[in-house]
Amino acid sequence: MLSSVRSLWMVFLKMFKKRVTIKYPEEKPYLAPRWRGRIVLTRDPDNNERCVACNLCAAVCPTDCISLQATEDENGRRYPEIFRINFSRCIFCGLCEDACPTYAIQLIPDFEMSEYNRQSLVYEKEHLLIDGMGKYHGYSYYDQAGVAVGVKPKGGGENESEPVDVRTLIP
Amino acid sequence: MNETLAQILIIVGVLLGTVTIAAGLIYVERKMLAVWQQRLGPNRVGPFGIFQVLADMVKIFFKEDWIPPFVDKKVFVIAPTIIMLSVLMSFAIVPFAPGVVVADLNIGLLFFLAMSSLGAYTIVLSGWASNNKYSLLGGVRGAAQMISYEVFMGLSLMGVVLLAGSFNMTEIVNAQKGMWFVIPQFVGFVIFLIAGIAETHRLPFDLPEAESELIAGFHSEYSGMKFGMFFVGEYLGITLVSSMITVLFFGGWLGPAFLPPIVWFLIKMFSFILFFILLRATLPRPRYDQLMSYGWKLLLPLALLNVLVTGAVVLYNH
Repeated sequence: MLSSVRSLWMVFLKMFKKRVTIKYPEEKPYLAPRWRGRIVLTRDPDNNERCVACNLCAAVCPTDCISLQATEDENGRRYPEIFRINFSRCIFCGLCEDACPTYAIQLIPDFEMSEYNRQSLVYEKEHLLIDGMGKYHGYSYYDQAGVAVGVKPKGGGENESEPVDVRTLIP
Repeated sequence: MNETLAQILIIVGVLLGTVTIAAGLIYVERKMLAVWQQRLGPNRVGPFGIFQVLADMVKIFFKEDWIPPFVDKKVFVIAPTIIMLSVLMSFAIVPFAPGVVVADLNIGLLFFLAMSSLGAYTIVLSGWASNNKYSLLGGVRGAAQMISYEVFMGLSLMGVVLLAGSFNMTEIVNAQKGMWFVIPQFVGFVIFLIAGIAETHRLPFDLPEAESELIAGFHSEYSGMKFGMFFVGEYLGITLVSSMITVLFFGGWLGPAFLPPIVWFLIKMFSFILFFILLRATLPRPRYDQLMSYGWKLLLPLALLNVLVTGAVVLYNH
């Protein structure tokens, strides 16, 4: 009985505390930089697509909402011919971002993507691709690893030695 | 002729006033619950969201009024009207200010108790007529709860009647000129408050409609304006119990003269309405057997003891 009175008083005092809700459309909430929202495809510092169409994101996606079709350009560099994310199925788990070997696919702090038409939630590659580098600045996959596909000569990457001429290796 | 006109004006005023307050409580309750839960509450419709009431009313009028095929149709339709009727009838005996009372009955208090007993029918009948096991369970709970809490609701008021020497509401208020009855009758006040909450089946005593166990209890099958009538009936009940507490224990319209009597009445009434909402914001629902044993084993003996002691004191002073 006394504890009821005490809790009545404590709830009454909540009246003078700061509100925890905000007026959403007028005031935007703070979203952490790693907030998992809308998915984008980023570019490397040379403004080329980072995505190498390895299909790991599509494989790891628990709802199978990512579909892509790989192709190669004239230098043999792989890139996705189509890249399609169905956001009406996406659960924003972020596994695709974890799986991506080239930091191409990234989740950004944006959740305001409501649509009247369900079909409008299927984003194609031109909707997904952004002009920047997203969360990882200055990172270029082909500078670190990968084959020579017109980006760099053989052995031209960072932390990579010049190719060794096997004929001069003989002792 | 002039007196008749004044009487009609009072009737219309009381009717409109109480229904308006009951409708306004939709907004007040939502806003105050939000305030006590550190939220903002309704703030979209009009300044501070005060037109939320209008929006809710328009919405509930446009809802489909669906009568399920398996219900007992006549009783199903009548049940929601009973609560509104009985509560509005009870307002007839509430003195809002000197002379502002619809019917100055000499048995006003008994009339109030009789009308609040009639209110139990709405729960029983709607629970029965819905032909649904959740509604039936809610109806059974409601009947048991209201009948058992009515017993000491009446008993708790006997102390007031003994002190005032009358069942007439106006005389009860006038008897409090020296001291509000809340001081000599504090036990009676607490018991009446608890019984009043149980009588209007508000939280924490909302077992008839306990939404976590019984969906919506006795009004699970109701929709549209029939549901709206239960809703308004509940708010009217809160207003009624608050004004009864004000009249019986807090001196009704009495107060320092710098404010008119009706304002004092409304201030007291609204503070009890807010207390009801605070109760809803705070307390969890007790178990059904706890509610019953609490009523019969604790409050009933206390009410009897209160009547005994008050009677002895009144006799001694006589």
